[in-house]
Amino acid sequence: MSIDSARLLQKKKKQILESWINSQLAEDALREDMISNDELRANSEELLDTLLPLLTPKNVAEGDVSVFDPVTELLSGIAITRAKQGFTPRETAFYVFSLKEVVLNILQNEVTDDPQGLYEESFRLNKIIDGFAVTIFETFIKGREEVILRQTDEIAEISTPVIRIWDGILALPIIGTLDSARTQVVMENLLEEIVATGSSIAILDISGVPAVDSLVAQHLIKTVSATRLMGAECIISGIRPEIAQTVVHLGIDLSSIITKSTLASALKHAFQILKLEVKKPGAKERPFINK
Amino acid sequence: MMIIALSKDIMQIIREQDVVPFRNRVKENAVKIKMSLLNQTKLITAASELVRNMLKYAGGGQTIIEIITKERLTGIRLTFADQGPGIPDIQQAMKDGYSTGKSLGLGLPGAKRLVNEFAITSEKGKGTTVIIIKWTNG
Amino acid sequence: MDKIPILRMGHFLLVTIQVDLYDQLALNLESDLVQMVNKTQAKGVLIDISAVSIVDSFMGRIIGNIASMSRILDAQTVVVGMQPAVAITLIELGLPLTGVHTALNVERGMTLLKEKILIGDYDEDDETGDDDNSAE
Repeated sequence: MSIDSARLLQKKKKQILESWINSQLAEDALREDMISNDELRANSEELLDTLLPLLTPKNVAEGDVSVFDPVTELLSGIAITRAKQGFTPRETAFYVFSLKEVVLNILQNEVTDDPQGLYEESFRLNKIIDGFAVTIFETFIKGREEVILRQTDEIAEISTPVIRIWDGILALPIIGTLDSARTQVVMENLLEEIVATGSSIAILDISGVPAVDSLVAQHLIKTVSATRLMGAECIISGIRPEIAQTVVHLGIDLSSIITKSTLASALKHAFQILKLEVKKPGAKERPFINK
Repeated sequence: MMIIALSKDIMQIIREQDVVPFRNRVKENAVKIKMSLLNQTKLITAASELVRNMLKYAGGGQTIIEIITKERLTGIRLTFADQGPGIPDIQQAMKDGYSTGKSLGLGLPGAKRLVNEFAITSEKGKGTTVIIIKWTNG
Repeated sequence: MDKIPILRMGHFLLVTIQVDLYDQLALNLESDLVQMVNKTQAKGVLIDISAVSIVDSFMGRIIGNIASMSRILDAQTVVVGMQPAVAITLIELGLPLTGVHTALNVERGMTLLKEKILIGDYDEDDETGDDDNSAE
């Protein structure tokens, strides 16, 4: 004689729902700031309504995962939403594991006369629900990855400001690692700004770049060459002593590029190129700036 | 990881004057899927290199322009198939500065650098096929 | 056959490329321009490519050729108005066009040419012209 969990559990659906929700509410990890009780209840009830009728002796015995697809789908939706809302993996996993606990408890209370059958049925249900846990985990991580991807894009966008520091001189402070995707964005922004402002000198400040290896150096050289193709000059500033050391040790040739240690000296150099002079107003000669 | 083609456009290239219309067709497709201007430029430049190779070494051939999707990526796939003499040493041909004709030898390696995916097969006496993919934001 | 017009302005020749060139047209431009430099004894050639959306290795080579040939005929070449996307693509392609002078627009290009020619007058030996800009 096999136990019909579908019928048995469906009868007890109300009880399952209540205990499940209570168990979720009792858990310290529940984020009441992120999900309302009503929403939690609606979520949980929908899941039970989908899951319980599927737990027929046939489905449970055969262990065919595909019959539970509707449940998996629901869970994926919940996992993705939770990932985006910023739930922790523990909170998300607890959603499924707390259900397992409740279901197995009810089963134990109901089936009192058949320990062997109870054991076997519990074992099978365990397996099925564990499968759900794996699904929820996979989707949760996928959801988080999406968040990370979006943030990466955003960072690339906002982390390359082009500043017009003087008439005809642009400055571009680079903060963080310079990979090829980033270089692309830097180049694009810089060249477009050169066209928009009619600037003839760009200063690329790399004080905020943690390390320069041969790849980063290559990206810098590319940016400088592209700037020159546009008819503007590019100065690299913010070269720390350690960077100078690694560049030489790695045998990277930066001789085709104008490099300066500070943004200030790069600006001074730019003034020279543009034949500008900066003077104190007290000085006897001509005033402030002389073009 | 399935690639699905959403549209397919076949063009024969037999003379030099076919190149500009071909480039325009590639551009139309790239604009349709909202590819950024920079990526459009890279794709069309790569296409230009490959179509020129096809004309120069095989006297022309067939091109296929497809809009494709893979997971959440959208992009353009271009196929260049000719029935020319084939490339005897592909590894050599993929090196910068290598050229049998009087060019800069940037054609194949340059085109590869401009796109996201690049595949080349060649059989001596049968012809060469190059397939490139550029994703909208890749 | 189509032709790219070459305008003469004093000592300078001005070429504005308005269409995407196919190879023969580019080759014609190369030979026409060199002929013209010789005939007019021009001191400078200014090529405006602001309307060109694609420069591949062939076009790049033609531009390089024009610059080298003109230099032999004692004329400086400046390429102006390159689109940002074209510049980035050329770099990725591996074609930095070293040896070709560049400027942001026609006006800047003219200024650069005038400076180059002035320098050339004082210093006949300075034929290298490897730096892309008039810098310093």
